[in-house]
Amino acid sequence: MTAPAIANAALDDATAVAAYPAQEPVRATRDSRPLRLITCGSVDDGKSTLIGRLLWDTKAVKEDQAATLQRDSNGKQNDLGLPDFALLLDGLQAEREQGITIDVAYRYFSTDKRSFIVADTPGHEQYTRNMATGASTADLAVLLVDARVGLLEQTRRHATIATLMGIRQFVLAVNKIDLTNYDRARFEQISHEFKELALSLGVRQVTAIPVSALKGENVVYDGRASMPWYDGPTLIEVLELATTRSAQTVGFRLPVQRVSRPGESFRGYQGTVAGGSVKPGDSVVILPSGMVANVTKIVTFDLVRNAAVAGDAVTLVLDRQVDVSRGDVIAAIDSQPMTGLAFDAQLVALQPEGIQPGKRYWLKSGSRRQRVQVQPASQLDLKTGKWNHADELPMNAIGKVHLVFDEQAIFDAYEQNRTTGAFILIDPDTNNTVAGGMITAKRAALGGIHAEESRVILSLPADLADQLMATELFAGRREDVEIRRVTAGKAAEIIDTIDG
Amino acid sequence: MPHNHPETELHNPQSTKPPLDPHLKALENEAIHIFREVAAEFERPVMLYSIGKDSSVLLHLARKAFYPGRVPFPLLHVDTGWKFQEMIAFRDEMVEKYDLDLVVHTNPRGAKENVTPFSHGSALYTDIMKTEALRQALDAGRYDAAFGGARRDEEASRAKERIYSFRTPDHRWDPRNQRPELWNLYNGMIRKGESVRAFPLSNWTEVDIWRYIQAEEIPIVPLYFAKKRPIVERDGMMILAEDPRLELLPGEMKREEVIRFRTLGCFPLTGAIRSSATTLDAIISELETATVSERQGRAIDRDQSGSMEKKKREGYF
Repeated sequence: MTAPAIANAALDDATAVAAYPAQEPVRATRDSRPLRLITCGSVDDGKSTLIGRLLWDTKAVKEDQAATLQRDSNGKQNDLGLPDFALLLDGLQAEREQGITIDVAYRYFSTDKRSFIVADTPGHEQYTRNMATGASTADLAVLLVDARVGLLEQTRRHATIATLMGIRQFVLAVNKIDLTNYDRARFEQISHEFKELALSLGVRQVTAIPVSALKGENVVYDGRASMPWYDGPTLIEVLELATTRSAQTVGFRLPVQRVSRPGESFRGYQGTVAGGSVKPGDSVVILPSGMVANVTKIVTFDLVRNAAVAGDAVTLVLDRQVDVSRGDVIAAIDSQPMTGLAFDAQLVALQPEGIQPGKRYWLKSGSRRQRVQVQPASQLDLKTGKWNHADELPMNAIGKVHLVFDEQAIFDAYEQNRTTGAFILIDPDTNNTVAGGMITAKRAALGGIHAEESRVILSLPADLADQLMATELFAGRREDVEIRRVTAGKAAEIIDTIDG
Repeated sequence: MPHNHPETELHNPQSTKPPLDPHLKALENEAIHIFREVAAEFERPVMLYSIGKDSSVLLHLARKAFYPGRVPFPLLHVDTGWKFQEMIAFRDEMVEKYDLDLVVHTNPRGAKENVTPFSHGSALYTDIMKTEALRQALDAGRYDAAFGGARRDEEASRAKERIYSFRTPDHRWDPRNQRPELWNLYNGMIRKGESVRAFPLSNWTEVDIWRYIQAEEIPIVPLYFAKKRPIVERDGMMILAEDPRLELLPGEMKREEVIRFRTLGCFPLTGAIRSSATTLDAIISELETATVSERQGRAIDRDQSGSMEKKKREGYF
């Protein structure tokens, strides 16, 4: 069927490739990628109880764990005779003592249709950093609201952070609906309010569900007996049908993690493909040096492969001796990331000291770590949704900032690539992670601090950009012009940002 | 001397093997990414090797991550002296077969004071022979990063672990003050004496481990497969009775049963399960219908709720 002993032979021969299927076989449902979700919302909205209920009703709680749970919730059983589900999640002693969630707990469960990784994130404002941690990798956010209380500032904060981090699917779980006597009008009012908020954030996919996590209504089992007026899906039905984030983006990117030199005859560049795809024969550019080379081999432990796609951890071999080291980015020659000394970004401040203007932080993006100065520009007012001018950003603030580098930085816009568009800031005094950020645009100049770049940036609709890039004329002007793909509606906004 | 050229390195081309399903492939990619990141960012990494199924998967992933080079850090086995005999034999076989550097450490105090699970009880024994021994070994090697095979699905406090878990110079874990960990951007900046524990298998579940072992044909200790073995029953657990140091208490009887192990630790503290699963297929289908969790057979988890967290704060893995 496939050629035997191909791996060893192929390492010697750049032209030989193993019969590795370029396309993955059709997946069986149970083998699809797990859906990663977060639950968020304010304190006491019942997040831990909801996940406990999900675990309980999907039979993810084993007998010995249930026995421990019964023992630990001694005296705390609710009037349904069920154990305190929150104890399944709040595994830390301090959490149990205080009855709150401090840190993210990751839990795994599955149904016949799909498997799930759920990050139960804290509701307290002081632990927003842990909510951001959960949101950065999630495909979908379940926002809880207490039906009696309605939307709170914390609900808005979480919805905003989730949106900034690229989550485009929301479930609004209007919890404790049993405590409102299953009040339909109340449910509809909260759903309406939340949908307006979501729309203002640019999210169109919202499913609102009236839920009693405690009683298990509309979680895994439907709540028709109590809420005949609700004919929508249960929470688990929504989760089973949700889509995972696609790692596939335009333009091949490989942030180089390591150079592999096991012997004189082999030099490979190891890293995880962060966008697009690559195959032997492709021309690539190494950034920031700008040197060009061709890919000769894609080496993995099992096989020399004929293609690598986003998400694959591989080793690339190039056709010539070029200087490549950790932190460099190997990219498609015809669709390069932005390079420059100044960028605009949005970020979430995660530590008590906030973000200090002018302070020099470490910035890590991909495998690249470099010094950066951060100039706050504005802060989002969570009550009004407006961006107000700001000179510094306190803890938990969501802000827009300018980043100024000492040496070339390499980025994509976060909207176009979640890996090469994301970064963390590390405080050099404490070594702590103080912010998570997302690149929005390159800045041509910043107050004369740095020499202005001579490159012209064109933001064009994706189809037009593709056409232009395909032309011969353009291929020779790579140094002078940078073309960025945008969706039609976004063009105006991005140009504004560049000018602003 | 430079290592063998990759071209001549012994390597099994497994081209007849079907590709991994997307779920396992994604987990594998993530683990390889973490391995490479730690190896690049830290000066003296080490991999904790406990010889169990998770360690076997961890080792396999390490070999994949650095191929065609060899694994660029040593393996550390904290040997309590009370492991199953088959585990030690298996360990030495792996080290030989894959050309690995192995460091074995036993707490000299424990050896001198003759600390055993029987004389000191499981809690104190674990503290001295595992936690204290691990701290000694990490200090002696001046390791600044240690890979471990812990999974978040194992236990409530493990569910709270970061992939890079920061430790103070005295190896303490502060679960209330962990560094935020966004995307796959791990913060590896530490001061001298501090260290990071890295967990490439964080997002794997027990079933994922078994399905991966099957798909990748990873060798594991034979104790995981059912066989007729001598056991005694003690504290509601079936303990393997093949080591001469296991003394029968009044009323205890040695007998033979068809058993296997779902998890492997020190033999006096690890309970066997009744099972007829002699193949990976059988193990996986047994797990998919199991009504008890994996750590149910581990005495050290039972001392009190939160005991794993307490041990972890003090430096246990």
